[in-house]
Amino acid sequence: MRSIDPGNDYESWRRAARELLVAGVAPGEVLFEREQGLFGGAGGLREEPAPYRAGDAAKVPAAFVKLARAASCHREEGRWALLYRILWRIVKGGERDLCEISSDLDVAKALLLGKNVRREIHKMHAFVRFRLVATDGESGRETYAAWFEPEHRIVEAAAPFFRKRFANMNWSIFTPLGCAHWNGEQLAFSEGLAASPLNGGDSMEDFWKTYYRSIFNPARLKVKMMRTEMPAKYWKNLPEAELIGPLIQESRRRVETMHGEDLRPAKAAPRNRYLASLGEMSAAAACSGPSGNQSLAEMAGAAANCRACPLWKSATGTVFGEGPGDARVMVVGEQPGDQEDIAGRPFVGPAGKLLDEAFAQAGLDRSAMYLTNAVKHFKWTPRDTPRGKVRLHQSPAAGEIEACRPWLLGELHRVAPEVLILLGATAARSLLGREVKVVSGRGLIDAPKLAARVILTVHPSYLLRLPAGEVRQAAFAAFVDDLRLASA
Amino acid sequence: MEIGAKLEILADAAKYDASCASSGAAKSDSRSGRGVGSTGGAGICHSYAPDGRCISLLKLLLTNSCIYDCHYCINRRSSNVRRAVFTPAEVVKLTLDFYKRNYIEGLFLSSGIIRNADHTMEQVIAVARTLREEHDFRGYIHLKTIPEASPELIETAARYADRISINLELPTQESLDRLAPEKNMARTKVAMGRIRHRLEEASERKRDGDKKLRHATGQSTQVIVGADASTDADFLDRSDELYRSYKMRRVYYSAFSPIPEPSAVLPLQAPPLLREHRLYQADWLMRYYGFQTREILTPEAPNLDLELDPKLAWALRNRQNFPVDLQTAPREVLLRVPGLGVRNVDRILRIRRLTRLRLGDLVRLRVPLKKVQPFIVTADHHPSRYLLDSDRLRARFAPKPRQLELF
Repeated sequence: MRSIDPGNDYESWRRAARELLVAGVAPGEVLFEREQGLFGGAGGLREEPAPYRAGDAAKVPAAFVKLARAASCHREEGRWALLYRILWRIVKGGERDLCEISSDLDVAKALLLGKNVRREIHKMHAFVRFRLVATDGESGRETYAAWFEPEHRIVEAAAPFFRKRFANMNWSIFTPLGCAHWNGEQLAFSEGLAASPLNGGDSMEDFWKTYYRSIFNPARLKVKMMRTEMPAKYWKNLPEAELIGPLIQESRRRVETMHGEDLRPAKAAPRNRYLASLGEMSAAAACSGPSGNQSLAEMAGAAANCRACPLWKSATGTVFGEGPGDARVMVVGEQPGDQEDIAGRPFVGPAGKLLDEAFAQAGLDRSAMYLTNAVKHFKWTPRDTPRGKVRLHQSPAAGEIEACRPWLLGELHRVAPEVLILLGATAARSLLGREVKVVSGRGLIDAPKLAARVILTVHPSYLLRLPAGEVRQAAFAAFVDDLRLASA
Repeated sequence: MEIGAKLEILADAAKYDASCASSGAAKSDSRSGRGVGSTGGAGICHSYAPDGRCISLLKLLLTNSCIYDCHYCINRRSSNVRRAVFTPAEVVKLTLDFYKRNYIEGLFLSSGIIRNADHTMEQVIAVARTLREEHDFRGYIHLKTIPEASPELIETAARYADRISINLELPTQESLDRLAPEKNMARTKVAMGRIRHRLEEASERKRDGDKKLRHATGQSTQVIVGADASTDADFLDRSDELYRSYKMRRVYYSAFSPIPEPSAVLPLQAPPLLREHRLYQADWLMRYYGFQTREILTPEAPNLDLELDPKLAWALRNRQNFPVDLQTAPREVLLRVPGLGVRNVDRILRIRRLTRLRLGDLVRLRVPLKKVQPFIVTADHHPSRYLLDSDRLRARFAPKPRQLELF
């Protein structure tokens, strides 16, 4: 049986373990023991070590290094032997993927150690409480210090977080298991201290305690939950912890007091122009279509409260038409999609972008046209995709097209365009009043009651559904040709 | 009024907001700057109060004066609670002083509505602007916004904050009309939609190379549970809509809790803490476990079972889907096994490529055996059909009837 001093940290253990591997020492034949006395802490074999050559480096998966680094910070005595056993199994036992088997007896143990260590690091990030100890008279640069008592050797692993967060102040964290110091340029470590070198508290501690007391809700006591997340072992270095007992004790009386209070009647609203405007907005009457001689803007406002079909419930709001009221060309699509619903504007999503491209090729200026949809609310159904939860477009039903038609007719009458472009079957159905086969009937159609020149063509989202490549290119070109009819 | 007295009133006024997350912000730290602060990564709970809630952010109201009259809220205009107002400079100083002592991850700032929405938003923004621009503060900032505030102001808030939020408060307009008459569902949805639009624009700009762009990365909201007659299905349907439509990072469920100055419109009751917990569990099932709301709750049974967690309740209603062979079942099926969490499912998927799973493996993965056993098959375990079919399966999980304890 050999005996070896693994040192205190991952690096010293790694040196020792590498030498053992080279010497072919099996896990059962070695004891990992810290040397006592003057020469402790150096690491390495007590016997003459075998010379280490570059070619001896054992290849191990990155997962093992990660596992070993974390577990080695733990204070559990058996960690070095455990890690060496895992290392041996990987390198000599042919179990290369051992670290993947998180339910293996050895791996599970090491993972648990690592988990404890990571948790302790996290708790150190959470529960270190700095006190202001000095302020430089000239530069105003402040120096802070804290005393913390971690269970494991985590100071070095935990320190970079504080350096990133508090780069522009000087600080020291003292612990029994090593201390960390930052002076603005260098992160330094020193030996642990037996007791806190700090005297007195900090001027902000009273405010912090006031905050802790005030943010606590006595009506929902969950002491066990608190103790799980903030175990009592940390309390002695937390200034707020002295309040825990009294707050728990008073909570019942405080809740009883609330229940005993007289119920307060509602006070009348103060005179306030803003409150009045909210009231007006909320009171705006639900409607089902345009009325009288509303302008386009008035119609858009009224449509926001349209309840003619149930689509308003699941949509964000109406997406009304947009463009000059005296446009020569009016374009009617199907209904807003996810993007349009969010932006509150028609044709801003993928189909809208394609439409813009087609307009450009056809020589049409979008800003000079009036763009709208046959249905003003987005109709969707839930769908879970690998990219997340989305709203999948659904074609509007006949009843919904019907319910929305008065708005579309209202827009058509106001704009009274010379050219009307119907994109897809829904727009055609709404304004022509019948089922139309778009692909066979596309081009100029005869509908003099609607506009002097009426063009029927596909909806751009149809193009998006075609396979990319020649097929889509040809369809896009035909689409552009249809749009060109507008300027003929 | 002294700052300590203001802190007492304005922290007390803010404590009914459950949102505490300090995670999900863009990565940033103080090394390249003048001030303090870092964000990115998991977020840290710096303390816990005896109510079990984490204390991560300095959660304050700028003022608890309010012209609204929301009956669940201690700060409503009909309440006689003591009022206070922070100056922006006071909040800035408290935030920095707390932050430098490592008490907090950052600031959560909300406000009672004073004068009008825009005026209120401007005050809130002033605090965030000072922290970011004058002090180069790089910690977390969560700003509460008001749906009726101008879109430009909400966007300004988003440029200073890491997260912004609008509280929906209640899941239906009918409930809002009764309990929060100034609030409006449709206007809230429009504002949430606009925020999503801006958040997506910002993330696109960042992706396209504008690395320096500082902008909020997400929005969240809160609903109060137990103040109205809404069912759990009402809440989950609304949440599902909010997650899909506005890409909420979180919907917080906050049990309606007794407050001083109770309203005649809404008498006090014990906070439904267990119901709140079940709603969070169900919310998790929707977001991480592939469940649809209709699987968790049905029109016939629109409320969650308080005795069983919702996944277990689903499994008991769908016993024909079990037992599941851990060695072969696909991930989405494993996710539906009671007692298996996302992390253990992923571990099982890795392990089973290399070895046959046994009950001992599950013990070492710290899977609760008693819970999973009736639902799974392993190399050394096959549940008895008798158990899976019998009514006793529910009894195995439902809490034992017990005598009430004296408190």
